[in-house]
Amino acid sequence: MPMLAPTTSAELADAIAGAAADGTRLEIRGGGSKAGVGTGGRQTAVLDMRGFAGIIDYDPAELVLTVGAGTPLAEVETLVAAHGQMLAFEPFDHGPLFGRPVGAATIGGIVAAGVAGSRRPVMGGVRDHLLRFEGVSGRGEPFMAGAKVVKNVTGYDLPKLMCGSWGRLAALTQVTLKVLPAPRETTSCLVRGLDPRQACAVMARAMGSQAEPSAAIHIPGRARGASLTVLRLQGFGPSVAARAALLERLLGEHVVETPDAALAEAIWGDVRTLAPMNDGRPLWRLSIAAGAAPAVIAALEPLGAQWQMDWAGSLIWLCFDGGGELVRRTAAGAGGHAMLVRDDRGVYAGMPTFQPQAAVLAALETRVRRAFDPAGVFETGRFSDLAPHLDLAHAD
Amino acid sequence: MSLRMPEPDAAVIARRGEIAAALRAIVPGEGVIDDPAMLRPYESDGLTAYRQPPMLVVLPETKDQVSAVLRWCHGQGVKVVPRGSGTSLSGGALPLADAVLLGMAKFNQVLAVDYEDRVAVVQPGVTNLAVTRAVEDAGFYYAPDPSSQIACSIGGNVAENSGGVHCLKYGLTTNNVLGVELVMMDGEIVRLGGRALDPAGLDLLGIVVGSEGLLGVVTEVTVRILVKPETARALLIGFASVESAGQCVADVIAAGIIPAGMEMMDRPAIHAAEAFVNVGYPLDVEALLIVELDGPAAECDHLIDEVERIARADGAVSCRISRDEAERLAFWAGRKAAFPAVGRISPDYYCMDGTIPRRRLPEVLQRMEQLSAQHGLGVANVFHAGDGNLHPLILYDANVPGDLERAEAFGADILRLCVEVGGVLTGEHGVGVEKRDLMPAMFSEVDLAHQQRLKCAFDPGLLLNPGKVFPTLHRCAELGRMHVHAGQVAFPELPRF
Ligand SMILES: Cc1cc2nc3c(=O)[nH]c(=O)nc-3n(C[C@H](O)[C@H](O)[C@H](O)COP(=O)(O)OP(=O)(O)OC[C@H]3O[C@@H](n4cnc5c(N)ncnc54)[C@H](O)[C@@H]3O)c2cc1C
Repeated sequence: MPMLAPTTSAELADAIAGAAADGTRLEIRGGGSKAGVGTGGRQTAVLDMRGFAGIIDYDPAELVLTVGAGTPLAEVETLVAAHGQMLAFEPFDHGPLFGRPVGAATIGGIVAAGVAGSRRPVMGGVRDHLLRFEGVSGRGEPFMAGAKVVKNVTGYDLPKLMCGSWGRLAALTQVTLKVLPAPRETTSCLVRGLDPRQACAVMARAMGSQAEPSAAIHIPGRARGASLTVLRLQGFGPSVAARAALLERLLGEHVVETPDAALAEAIWGDVRTLAPMNDGRPLWRLSIAAGAAPAVIAALEPLGAQWQMDWAGSLIWLCFDGGGELVRRTAAGAGGHAMLVRDDRGVYAGMPTFQPQAAVLAALETRVRRAFDPAGVFETGRFSDLAPHLDLAHAD
Repeated sequence: MSLRMPEPDAAVIARRGEIAAALRAIVPGEGVIDDPAMLRPYESDGLTAYRQPPMLVVLPETKDQVSAVLRWCHGQGVKVVPRGSGTSLSGGALPLADAVLLGMAKFNQVLAVDYEDRVAVVQPGVTNLAVTRAVEDAGFYYAPDPSSQIACSIGGNVAENSGGVHCLKYGLTTNNVLGVELVMMDGEIVRLGGRALDPAGLDLLGIVVGSEGLLGVVTEVTVRILVKPETARALLIGFASVESAGQCVADVIAAGIIPAGMEMMDRPAIHAAEAFVNVGYPLDVEALLIVELDGPAAECDHLIDEVERIARADGAVSCRISRDEAERLAFWAGRKAAFPAVGRISPDYYCMDGTIPRRRLPEVLQRMEQLSAQHGLGVANVFHAGDGNLHPLILYDANVPGDLERAEAFGADILRLCVEVGGVLTGEHGVGVEKRDLMPAMFSEVDLAHQQRLKCAFDPGLLLNPGKVFPTLHRCAELGRMHVHAGQVAFPELPRF
């Protein structure tokens, strides 16, 4: 596949304008950790964004970090950790799911894919921390939106729109993120042996309490033992201790354990890299109303789905090769949607990566995509979402 | 007023009677107002220097009515201005002479609360405070707390992406809204977001929040509610200089502490507030900080000690720690009453809303003092110190000819200064009509065109709230044109495909 690796905005603009003129489609790629997402697609060229790497400015006291979009996530996380700070959305690492090393992602890819980990329900997603970006739209024009300050409502909030846009609006060259202090102390509270309904009730009770967990996950019982429901408490020492005691009182009818460091690391490491979700079958990601999680599991587990829950039930990872339409209907019934994250064997060939939306919304989304990318430079078909209504200026 | 609004369309105004009749067929009875005397209350919002009675007011009660009104206006080419409670400080709800004003006040119901999932579904006309009132008995609250919270509506909050004194820790409206139901100008209805934490497609919810009524009319809002913290305590810290107060703010954050609130007032604001509420603010300091910590008692106690230690090290000349709820509220009383307090020392004041990188504060205040002398008007500053959001209050007298114009010129200079030091025109009040013509100070033509094309995706006829936010109204067809450089390649050395 042809590869283009610009290193300046002007080169990038030229590449995109050139593609728009001659009808070439561009797949924007950072570290390639998520290149396996979306198996559709016709002939495209790859736009390698790793040339836009480097720390541009970082002022820890202002909580503002600006980096080139091609900067490796690992480099960003190391930098902020050295100042006692973190990316508060604690991104997942999708690399291992696609046979890539840990830490391969670039920050631009994390933003474009809207990857937020276990802290999402409490601290927000990437969308809540992207303050500004620079990039080149499908029109081949460099532009920016947002600002390098933590509070700003000037103009439309285009940074939000870039998060989770999966490279279909603009190629991002630079991102400014709000960073936050990293917690001083972390502890986990573990309850074993709950079924999904009990686990969701426990997680909801904890999340709705002054114990303020920073994360709540549930991993079903597997060959090695009983299910694990884990609530993570983070903050200053005296606060964590007080909240752990509160949580234990709150969950009085259950035995609450504090996992030792090795077990805690294994659990949270697995959650971050999604290691157990790698059984060779397609991987689905269901984003739903937390309260509906038990019903989703009840519908799909008997059909052979393997799963784990994050975001207090609001996020379900599912290894499953049964009916794809059933997964989508179930997710919709649970107030959400299902994304087909990995399907390397083509079990669901031709199925859109993202859950199709109601007609009026789909048409609106198409108009927004055309607003940024009138010629469809970024419409590679990779996500199998090239519906007839796309109405591209250069559609063939 | 020094600002030009789009030229009213005389042909539309001439059809006023016919338009009123058509809207009455959709919203019967009292729902359509055309009596000039009854239109008066709607002639301005919180930016009272600008006034314009609307052509008509319509007050729908259901989303189907909203949809039918918009569809009809769309078909007839009639402009529409949405309005919540009319507290906007940027003129976002300023009527137009040839537009229908769509008031959302009758959408005043809390529709559902789910404590298990911690969300509330409300209609847009519900006031900000009423959301908290609806859930507080169960120990919950809605976090964004604009000072106008007893009056402003959630729909207005969504449109302006409003903040409050607690948004450093808990976020602005956008971080606390999970979904909306939106009626577009052509009458079509979409649901954006909802109970899941991310959308299946583009994050259109993210751009509707803060879109200042230009993209659609919000008819339902799903918000996140939070558990009330076990305790909240505050420190009231005086400093001999703005520099040392600013240093203290930076050091608190560097210590890994994100306070629930961190507010600063300068000498004129302190004096005005103390004269108004008499809560014992120190009068011999140049800057006063209110730092609030919340959470478990153990955490508050621990962090209060930390903050006090940091403040002393940064040269605090006074430091009081609230011993009980009454004292905490007293610390806040002056800050919360800062606007009316300033209103007592000056016949009129004009509230600005820029954000700056915090480290530039001393320099910005100094230059503001120079500007104050230059324009011959006083200024008092209250400041959301944690997030760098400045509210300079410019003191003027509308009865003195030329004073309003001077205040506006002073305000524009302050906002340009904010942008010059790396900040922005507005941190929470919105662009509206007020900062519309300053947008080029922050954005290039190309940047603005990318924003305006988004407007075109929602409202290609530019009928919804026109004349706000964007300095020039480009027609959508003109914006859509692509200028492909005809055969000219700028970087011939780059490998082609
Ligand atoms: C004394 C005072 C203190 C204030 N303090 C703060 C503060 O601390 N923080 C802060 O952020 N703001 C503050 N404000 C500003 C103001 O209260 C907020 O901007 C508020 O969100 C406006 O809400 P509203 O219901 O009054 O909206 P309006 O003023 O009626 O309208 C504001 C904008 O929203 C649009 N709109 C309203 N309802 C809808 C709807 N349903 N659908 C689509 N668009 C709609 C209007 O077209 C307009 O553009 C203050 C104002 C005053 C007067």
